[in-house]
Amino acid sequence: MAGAKGILGRKLGMTRIFGDDGTIIPVTVVEAGPCPVLQVKTVENDGYEAIQVGFDPIPDRKANKPNRGHQAKAGVGCHRLLREFRGPVEQELGQALTVDMFAAGDKVKVTGTSKGKGFQGAMKRWNFSGQKATHGSEKIHRVPGSVGHCTYPGKVFKGKKMPGHMGAKASTVLNIEVVEVRPEENILLLKGQVPGPKNGYLTVRKIEGR
Amino acid sequence: MNAIQNIEQEHLRLDMPQLKSGDTVKVYLRILEGEKERIQIFQGVVLRLHRGTTDATFTVRKVSDGVGVERIFPMHSPYIERVEVVTRGKVRRSRLYYLRNLKGKAARIKPLDQK
Repeated sequence: MAGAKGILGRKLGMTRIFGDDGTIIPVTVVEAGPCPVLQVKTVENDGYEAIQVGFDPIPDRKANKPNRGHQAKAGVGCHRLLREFRGPVEQELGQALTVDMFAAGDKVKVTGTSKGKGFQGAMKRWNFSGQKATHGSEKIHRVPGSVGHCTYPGKVFKGKKMPGHMGAKASTVLNIEVVEVRPEENILLLKGQVPGPKNGYLTVRKIEGR
Repeated sequence: MNAIQNIEQEHLRLDMPQLKSGDTVKVYLRILEGEKERIQIFQGVVLRLHRGTTDATFTVRKVSDGVGVERIFPMHSPYIERVEVVTRGKVRRSRLYYLRNLKGKAARIKPLDQK
């Protein structure tokens, strides 16, 4: 499908398969599309060009009223996940994006929400080294250490890497290879890992200018 | 989950014999040398099976010129031409790591009685 920038999907899990030359390829199985176009945004109306697509159909009663009204305009049912792809529009309202847009060997970038790790210390969150395990170090092994300077500047700089909430935020991985496309099952096999837990939503985008 | 199983199913080899630890097997391997392909045989005792779908493997140990050699083969690899079971072994555990410490006569495995 020409012009489509990407597709929405769901991570089903990982496995490994054998390549043509007998090598073992670790793959992530992604259920992607079909994603119908729910809204076409134009420069006149919205100030920019984009398509809004949906993924993961749900019964109408499960969508809230504003959402139901919005999605009813395309006439293709309600969807749980709505996302936009910006750029010149070549699709029509209601037309579905499918995995056909990709071919084996393509490079894509995949965006997902990474697994939440909760409140984590500086060692796990920022790869700090921590303190000595022995040599007199007592009860102090994993603390961040000094965070500031001296009388000048007399403060801790903003953005200092400290313990805190880790994960559960948008993460993009570039240059993931498409190993196989299965249009009849709406399945993409991507080489290696992608962000997020099983059943997490993903956006698979084409890499432009390559 | 079902989709993953379907994908794995396509990569499984259904022509493999049922192996067990203690079996003596001949593994016929496809070796690529430049353009040419030839078959190499690796004969030894199955030390362990790692069960699974596409990630299943088996370890074969042989003693070559007095040096123990172990190779781990992916069960469903297309590089295995075929596997031939020479003898079934009578063993009492599933992981035969104790063979590594034994030599010569002590490292033999009794064949399974075919009664």
